Amino acid sequence: MTALDGTTLRRFVELFADRLRERREELTQLDSAIGDADHGINMDRGFTAARAKVAELAPNADLGTIAKAVGMTLISTVGGASGPLYGTFFLRLATAFGERAEVEPADVGAALRAGVEGLVQRGKAVLDDKTMVDAVTPAIDAFEAAAGEGLAAALGAAADAAASGRDRVTPLVARKGRASYLGERSANHQDPGATSATIMLEALRDAVAAA
Amino acid sequence: MKKLINAPDAVVDEALAGMTAAHGDLLKVIEPNVIVRADSPRSGKVGVISGGGSGHEPMHGGFVGMGMLDAACPGAVFTSPVPDQMLAATKAVDGGAGVLHIVKNYTGDVMNFELAAELAQTEGIEVSSVVIADDVAVQDSLYTAGRRGVGGTVLAEKIVGAAAEEGQDLAAVTALCQRVQDNVRSMGMALTSCTVPAAGKPTFEIGDDEMEVGVGIHGEPGRERRKLASADEITEALMTPILDDGGFSSGDRVLAFVNGMGGTPLLELYVVYNHVAAMCRDRGVAIERNLIGSYITSLEMAGCSITLLKLDDEMLRLWDAPVHTAALRWGV
Repeated sequence: MTALDGTTLRRFVELFADRLRERREELTQLDSAIGDADHGINMDRGFTAARAKVAELAPNADLGTIAKAVGMTLISTVGGASGPLYGTFFLRLATAFGERAEVEPADVGAALRAGVEGLVQRGKAVLDDKTMVDAVTPAIDAFEAAAGEGLAAALGAAADAAASGRDRVTPLVARKGRASYLGERSANHQDPGATSATIMLEALRDAVAAA
Repeated sequence: MKKLINAPDAVVDEALAGMTAAHGDLLKVIEPNVIVRADSPRSGKVGVISGGGSGHEPMHGGFVGMGMLDAACPGAVFTSPVPDQMLAATKAVDGGAGVLHIVKNYTGDVMNFELAAELAQTEGIEVSSVVIADDVAVQDSLYTAGRRGVGGTVLAEKIVGAAAEEGQDLAAVTALCQRVQDNVRSMGMALTSCTVPAAGKPTFEIGDDEMEVGVGIHGEPGRERRKLASADEITEALMTPILDDGGFSSGDRVLAFVNGMGGTPLLELYVVYNHVAAMCRDRGVAIERNLIGSYITSLEMAGCSITLLKLDDEMLRLWDAPVHTAALRWGV
């Protein structure tokens, strides 16, 4: 497939929600090691609500409407840091998509870039702080570099880069969020936010591949 | 998991219903899960609201009432509330004099309150915010999310609530809250872990002969795992960083707050207070007022925290002012 349409975007929301449910305990376990043991629970709650909200939309809803429904639902249901961060990401996607029914790979890249910038603004984290930024920043860089090869290839590169980013910062000491309170003890623990962000990009890749 | 619950997902809603049943004279619960003072809004009075994850009871809902908070926003257990709640709270308590948000310094709480304040301002309500960050266990705040908001929050809510009750304006109430924040220091420790109902198992593992020094109020591990020690040694491990960091010295007047984490009996808190008093005496620091009990808890965690607030005359007067809430009541 060459463009992202509403059916695929909805499939992505479903797939991400399914995988958050499947991996809820894993995310919570990662969070209990260096945070406050609620990441899997909160993300599952948020995307269960977001999936229900998207299902209520008109069948021909545009991309912006779908992404906005997800973002608003996350802000209203998740709480914690993940709610505003993931919520802002989807709201920025919504603004970038606008009322279009489908977008070309370059515009998917522009929307993802806008989402990542929103996330960085809201969370004030930079690379190597050991947060979801360490997964999404290399992912969008890889997407842009591979955008000429088509949407599926670019999203494949993005998902791989997110996973590498997640693993790259595992040895580091966290500098943002609750993990930062641990100081040196946060080193060598995989970051839960970078993990859920990687799951998100893998779900987007797989939703497009299945189209 | 052994808990007095019906279902993990229903804990917060059922507890709120219980609070309404018990304290209907003081508070009401409005959608979406906001505890509001029964007689809100009060015309011309600055509204004071706070919020945070559930699991810290009586904070914050137990502090809603005359002379303290106008509203509290409880999130899921250990999870910050969502902006919809703070926006609803802000609108419900706005009496035309503006609303102060008292925010504990956690990444999620700060972001969700920020979003709510932006939304309230677009609706024409004047909002100011003070972030409480009093936990000296977090050392190099330049490289972290900064110090956590812990016991100092309880004292700020009482003192600032009294100032709003006597009619001080938003700028004065905000400056006072900042002054409390600047003069308060806390540190906590845990003997046991706690279990988030939805997680079903303890947040962290800890041996029978171990303790976590510098623990937060979410069972998030502290700075250091140590061998269990005597109450006096533990008190010193908490008090020394507090006294040093806060620069408490001879001639200072303080409010000393010994707080239980949820699973520690009052008997033990008095053992801790006894040594807090002795250490203050040795330093020439005068304890003018005290508060001893479980007011900012971490579910069923055993352990305690100690908070010292350097008092001035106004803070002292406002601490003594009447308060009538579910958890604190005097002068009425």
